[in-house]
Amino acid sequence: MDLTTFLIQCLNAFQYGLLLFLVASGLTLIFGIMGVINLAHGSFYMIGAYLAYALAPVVASAIGGGFFATLLVGVVLSVVFGYLLEWAFYSYLYERDHLQQVLMTYGLILVFEELRSLLVGDNVYSVEIPQVLAGSIPLSEVMTYPTYRLFVSAICLVLVGAMFWVFARTRLGMMIRAGASNREMVQSLGIDISFLYRVVFAAGFALAAFAGMVAAPVSTVYPGMGGEVLIICFVVVVIGGIGSIQGALVAALLIGFVDTFGKVLVPGAAGVMVYLAMALILLWKPDGLFKAG
Amino acid sequence: MDKSKGIFVALVFMALALYPFVGGGGYGIDIVTKIMIYAILALSLELLVGTTGLVCFGQAAFFGIGAYAAVLFSGEQGAASILWLLPASMLAAAVYALAVGALSLRTRGVYFIMVTLAFAQMAYFVVHDTPLGGGTDGIYLYFRPTLGEKLKFDEPLVMYLFSLGTLVFVFGFLTVLLNSRFGRALAGIRVNEQRMRGTGFTTYPYKLAAFVISGGLAGLGGALFAIKDGFVNPELMSWHLSGAALMMIILGGLGHLRGALIGAFAFLLLQEFFKAEAIFGEFAKHWHLGMGIVIIAAVAVLPRGLVGLPEVLRKRLAGSGGGESRIGGLKSAQGGAK
Repeated sequence: MDLTTFLIQCLNAFQYGLLLFLVASGLTLIFGIMGVINLAHGSFYMIGAYLAYALAPVVASAIGGGFFATLLVGVVLSVVFGYLLEWAFYSYLYERDHLQQVLMTYGLILVFEELRSLLVGDNVYSVEIPQVLAGSIPLSEVMTYPTYRLFVSAICLVLVGAMFWVFARTRLGMMIRAGASNREMVQSLGIDISFLYRVVFAAGFALAAFAGMVAAPVSTVYPGMGGEVLIICFVVVVIGGIGSIQGALVAALLIGFVDTFGKVLVPGAAGVMVYLAMALILLWKPDGLFKAG
Repeated sequence: MDKSKGIFVALVFMALALYPFVGGGGYGIDIVTKIMIYAILALSLELLVGTTGLVCFGQAAFFGIGAYAAVLFSGEQGAASILWLLPASMLAAAVYALAVGALSLRTRGVYFIMVTLAFAQMAYFVVHDTPLGGGTDGIYLYFRPTLGEKLKFDEPLVMYLFSLGTLVFVFGFLTVLLNSRFGRALAGIRVNEQRMRGTGFTTYPYKLAAFVISGGLAGLGGALFAIKDGFVNPELMSWHLSGAALMMIILGGLGHLRGALIGAFAFLLLQEFFKAEAIFGEFAKHWHLGMGIVIIAAVAVLPRGLVGLPEVLRKRLAGSGGGESRIGGLKSAQGGAK
């Protein structure tokens, strides 16, 4: 592998890792703060990708369109949808046993997948890369790198930064962290914890859906994409340490690199690499890399 | 109370024994055979999840290894005897369970769930990507095994009755096991492992033994499945099957052996119901939708699974406010997971 190929693979791994982080961060927050094992999180990613596909013509006819307008509409829709979903299905799961949550969110996966099949069908679709970002950047005489992928990495990085800022520096972030460590105490201080949970859930939904939307032009849109992402994101959450945002970031990048380079270096056993990495890390550190405490 | 439950289980087994002779057609027999085999898988998982509090998300690997072992061991020369084929397949699954359990029991809670998933995925990719398991296409069983001269497992009825016998055996074995000192120790580990240690139990060997037994039983189910279908493929080891097995026992009600039995039947019969084109016509291909809605409704009204149904009904009929007050009544089944 020469230097340019190596660089390209690094960029790919980085971009994949950041996308994984967007999905996994919501999963780890919902897990760590509300104590809900949300199997339907992969479906949120799938819903985002299908939104990018299905909204494009609607948005185009309504306000002239463009990929970025679609993104914006999609994010607004998914925040609203996430908020309603929490209110309708998740709000009464907090008191329940974890396995009941697993069963319920499994039921939701089935419903989402079938609604997707009823509304959009079971075909594989592709989403067009926006005109502005369709080109590629030369890396050496022969090698180039698509601009869109760089854009994905950049926008993910911005989101990561924003998320850490909200979490560490704002009042909302403080309330979320407090809610995670002691629900009753926060309530008795006069903070509406149910509303707080609803906000966190809606944000988690929107992040996963956003990841699906920006990934759609690169990865195409296909049935079953939710399940794949779900399992990989659980791997990320667990390696990072449940409830830890920093852990999720490190783990997502790690998995991004392991998966990308696994496919290049040992194509025969690429599927195993991610799980092998997880097993080794958990045997070394049974509580994940960054234990939330 | 205990007696009525015993009678219920006995009635279920008797009904199953009579079914092929009172109107069970070829298709019905095939479906029920399949369900009984999955019930064995569900029972094996119940030993870990419901009894010991270890949520294993890789049970399909043991099932699949049992299935692959049955096919690989029986060879291409002639029919093997089921008397050694089944124990050999169970042994293969149990050996793998020993290795996986020894490592993954170092972790707990949700981490344990994910490590068992990781090992199952590795097994999946081994059969999926190497020539050993025939790749994605799977492998065929050349000769179905026999028992003596007369009993040939090509006969659906023989297969049905043998599966039923195995199911009854597994159920009986687990009942005896759970009532033994060993079973009590496992229940103690689920409720409070710390306290079990405090009373002088070294819990690790108990958990490992439960894991190996569970793996072996799942392998038994897998071997039967391979013999029934005459064919194995990597999908038998996929996480979807591990997930489905978990859903069966949660739906049925954790902490009760009959919950696993009821759950397996409810889950798979519901699937058959929603897949039935005679009832739903064109819409039958969207069977997941009905399935999902029923599962969500079941969680909403039956916090303890189907096993808790009589209790909920009794409360409703008595008019004492229904099952709402029971929410969260089963916190103990998932030890220490956060």
